Amino acid sequence: MADKLKRIDGRKSNELRPMTAKVGVVPNADGSAMFAFGNTIAIAAVYGPRLLHPQHMQNPATGILRCNYDLLSFSVNDRKKPGPSRRSQEISKMTEWALLPVLDLKEFPNTVIDVQIYIIQADAGTRTAGINAASLALAHAGIPMKNLVCSVAIGKQDKDIVTDLTKAEEDFEGGEGPTDFPLAKEANTNEFTLIQLDGKIPPERVKDVIEFANQACDEIYEVQKKALKEVVEQ
Amino acid sequence: MLQNVEKLAGGLQMSSMETTNLTIETFRKMFSAGKRFDGRGLLDLRPLDVNFEISNCAEGSARVRLGKTEVLVGVKMNLDSPYPDSPDKGNLMVSGDLLPLASPRFEQGPPKFEAIELPRLVDRAIRESGMIDLKKLVVKEGEKVWTVIIDIYPINDDGNLVDVSTIGAIAALKTAVIPGVTEEGNVDYKHRTKDPIPLSKETAPLSFTFYKLGDSIILDPTREEQEACDVRVTFGISKWNGQYMLNSCQKSGEEPFTSEELIKIMEILPKKYDELNEKLKKFF
Repeated sequence: MADKLKRIDGRKSNELRPMTAKVGVVPNADGSAMFAFGNTIAIAAVYGPRLLHPQHMQNPATGILRCNYDLLSFSVNDRKKPGPSRRSQEISKMTEWALLPVLDLKEFPNTVIDVQIYIIQADAGTRTAGINAASLALAHAGIPMKNLVCSVAIGKQDKDIVTDLTKAEEDFEGGEGPTDFPLAKEANTNEFTLIQLDGKIPPERVKDVIEFANQACDEIYEVQKKALKEVVEQ
Repeated sequence: MLQNVEKLAGGLQMSSMETTNLTIETFRKMFSAGKRFDGRGLLDLRPLDVNFEISNCAEGSARVRLGKTEVLVGVKMNLDSPYPDSPDKGNLMVSGDLLPLASPRFEQGPPKFEAIELPRLVDRAIRESGMIDLKKLVVKEGEKVWTVIIDIYPINDDGNLVDVSTIGAIAALKTAVIPGVTEEGNVDYKHRTKDPIPLSKETAPLSFTFYKLGDSIILDPTREEQEACDVRVTFGISKWNGQYMLNSCQKSGEEPFTSEELIKIMEILPKKYDELNEKLKKFF
């Protein structure tokens, strides 16, 4: 593909920011991980399966997954007031639904698996970094999983589709304006477990977005696998 | 025979509130045969009705019915300071509540996820489409701007609340007029101007929520159908210079959508957008 597009940080349209992944960053947790896209850093900790309280919330047929996503108050330029917002509640729920399809919690009736995700430093793509970290943390905790979940935000700069936008790119107002299209999928499948969108994109371009996401998720998957192997070898 | 099944499924739904496996299995079989209890095709919408000016203290208001689902939407306006990151734009706020009046499923108390999500989805479809020219709502840049507040109240929930609420929001916006301002610079709600809210004449967003059960995809479910489905995905769509634009999207629910399903939905969306717009022409 001819690549005439100039991105602020000089990346190609389909190029991810440098990724870092590390497993076992919270010793107290049953599983934990850090995942970074460039300057966006997410950490996730898994506690459980443990008995769910209050008792009436327990499900005798299966364990349940409970995700909590939030920004640390200093992770953004305008300090974020601590405590849940409507945005963070929505992202928490989306994260839960993004991860659930790869889990099998039937062996853990009446329990909950808590996934706590916090953003230490935000430069766009925080929910996708959070999902990547959470997926790693669940694997690290030894929860039965049929696959890893890989997540990336595809976006648009005017009419060009680009992978993994930074905040500066997200705020780009030229042309058709900014578009943020966060996706998550089960690695190496065509099953999309997170689909969100804000902006302007013609329906016929969604095919291209899926292609960009597939390519990016393949790379993310490799980074995730490497991080998990490192902790096994230790 | 079908009527009996309907009575049975309906009866169970009413008494238990939980969708039984029997009901889900019935819907699964029917949908894969392309059938629905009310005789619609899988992608057909129920009959639509829109009324305006249903509450005279609101700057604009509308009632939308799609089948038995009914939503009231009102627009109010305030003078406020602009947000620090957009001193040259008016503010848009969308809020809503799932009142216990509208369904035995809704309860009093702090909003549950569904109640948080509904106004956010409507907000994003309207905001990202650019239907409201927020720059024209500035009274004094950096100091005083109009805030447009869209309040959504379902009155009867029989499924597909998000799409019906979006229709209600654009209907209320289209009829809203800006309140007067006193000499001291306060809002004078009793003496309205004749000025409409600055809206694009070209486009208004609509939202379409696709529900999936097994391999079948349906539009505009009744509450009972909606409860039986595995997952849904909502798209906000508008049209500029003849070009369809997706403005917002959100998948809600546990099951994934495949890339093939998404591409198929992309083919359906523009057709449905035109079809519903054609129906809306009768009302505004």
